[in-house]
Amino acid sequence: MSQTFQLVVVSAGTSDPSSTRLLADRVAGRVTALAGRRGQTVTTSVVELRELASEIANALVSNHVGPKLQKAVSALQHADGVVASTPVYKAGASGLFTSFFQLLDNDLLIAKPVVLAATAGTARHALVVDDQMRGLFAYLRTVVVPTSLFASTEDWQDNGLNKRIDRAALELVALMAAGFEKTVREESWGSYQHEFGSAGGTELTIDLDSDLMRLAAGGAAN
Amino acid sequence: MQFGIFSVSDITRDPVSGETPSEAERIDAIVQIAEKAEEVGLDVFAIGEHHNPPFFSSAPTTLLSHIAAKTRKLIVSTATTLITTNDPVRIAEEYAMLQHLAKGRMDLMLGRGNTAPVYPWFGQDIRQSLPLALENYNLLHRLWREDVVDWEGKFRTPLQGFTSTPRPLDDLPPFVWHGSIRTPEIAEQAAYYGDGFFANNIFWPKEHYMRLIKFYRQRYAHYGHGTEKQAVVGLGGQAYIAKRSQDAISEFRPYFNEAPVYGHGPRMEDFMEQTPLSVGSPQEVVDKTLTFREHFGDYQRQMFLMDHAGLPLKTVLNQLDLLGEEVVPVLRKEMESRQDPETAKPPTHAGRLKEKYGDKPARQPRPNANRGDNVTGGSPYQDER
Repeated sequence: MSQTFQLVVVSAGTSDPSSTRLLADRVAGRVTALAGRRGQTVTTSVVELRELASEIANALVSNHVGPKLQKAVSALQHADGVVASTPVYKAGASGLFTSFFQLLDNDLLIAKPVVLAATAGTARHALVVDDQMRGLFAYLRTVVVPTSLFASTEDWQDNGLNKRIDRAALELVALMAAGFEKTVREESWGSYQHEFGSAGGTELTIDLDSDLMRLAAGGAAN
Repeated sequence: MQFGIFSVSDITRDPVSGETPSEAERIDAIVQIAEKAEEVGLDVFAIGEHHNPPFFSSAPTTLLSHIAAKTRKLIVSTATTLITTNDPVRIAEEYAMLQHLAKGRMDLMLGRGNTAPVYPWFGQDIRQSLPLALENYNLLHRLWREDVVDWEGKFRTPLQGFTSTPRPLDDLPPFVWHGSIRTPEIAEQAAYYGDGFFANNIFWPKEHYMRLIKFYRQRYAHYGHGTEKQAVVGLGGQAYIAKRSQDAISEFRPYFNEAPVYGHGPRMEDFMEQTPLSVGSPQEVVDKTLTFREHFGDYQRQMFLMDHAGLPLKTVLNQLDLLGEEVVPVLRKEMESRQDPETAKPPTHAGRLKEKYGDKPARQPRPNANRGDNVTGGSPYQDER
């Protein structure tokens, strides 16, 4: 049976085209090719955070989620795999990138496989992905593939980068094909913390049998 | 349907004049605003409760009883009364007193409060906010319905033989709205007791409110208070009105841009498109408000936020003229003609009195002579054993 995967690329690159987006696109291309060899189809959609910059800033300060931001959230909600790519500024992921992921509901990305990628002007930033970005994605309960991608200026002329892209892409395909996210969500969704309307507005389960619900209906607090 | 205004009681610098009103000026202004609300034919005036600057409304029942004394028909209410940091015993006493002084022209809306530092000032902890709110209301509900209450809970000192005085006017507890944005437990409690549910309808996309209101309606029916359509729903909204749409937009923009909650954020046009904010001609405000019932079902009370973000008194009074003369009369007519006949009537003291007693006279509790306590013997009231 042939499977179709929704892949969402999130890029915080600022120029058009940016090397950050280029790196993410290469990953997406390899994911599509490697999945294709296994008879699987990949549909890729791209979230360019540059276009969401003002909505992200507004949401941070006013809780107001604009339509483009809502669309991005919804794309991620339906993603089977994510490629998240950012430039490095001042020894850290771009503020735009971090802000976007900080706005997401804690349960939106649970168990989703993710490739992390970063670009920089110098190899001295190489550990930003493993030292900083992994923590954020661990908090979001995602599964980050073992191979982190980092491209500084010199890496673009080194075939080693392509090899690492291949590795990361295959790791992502393997995680998507294994159905890890589906299993976790189907069998264990309730054991994670949720709020009414979280997971991008899709988490609407109400447990009528909780202590708080009994208290709401005139019972006693425990 | 009832139409009214609600105020957060913010004292905000007017970004156009640069002036910040004094507390004295703003408190004077709010009384004039409430009187104006009655004069232009609005049904309800509601005030928030805050315990930190730049807000003035820390003692809502004092303000509301003053307003009730200066008006004849206006219903005074809150938006909201803090059910977390207030002792439910004090809420029972203060609002019953207000109910007597206002001759029943009052109700109240309960909310939790989301400012963490306020809680410890009153000996509470925001992390317990939800169970605190639920337990406090369970007690408040009893205090207004049982002459003598024995009670023990998790958050408050136990009560033995306590009578909350005065008993509610006509022994009919004040009507209660429960305000919430995304907490199913609050909607559940409103439904369980057959109380009203209020969605402030100001910030979030409407989907958030729609889900919770739907849940409240289902549970209201589940608990046997009536059909889903008979559940009692109130909505907020905000508007700035001028005869010409362009004037409304240019006049309101500086206030929008610096509004405490959403200022320095989204463009006003985006906010208008994506939230219930209406800025425009009376007809535009009418059209937008009429869409609310399509999303939330027929409802009983529509409140507008009109006096925030530093708008000067003169402007607010002028806004109320437009709201009362050109918006609300049209809305009343249009809403009522579209309304499902099954829809519940909005809550009033007279209507609820009739529901409770029919044509019989209401109970008028008369206390027995003081015997020092309520613990021994029977009821402290003459008509009960």
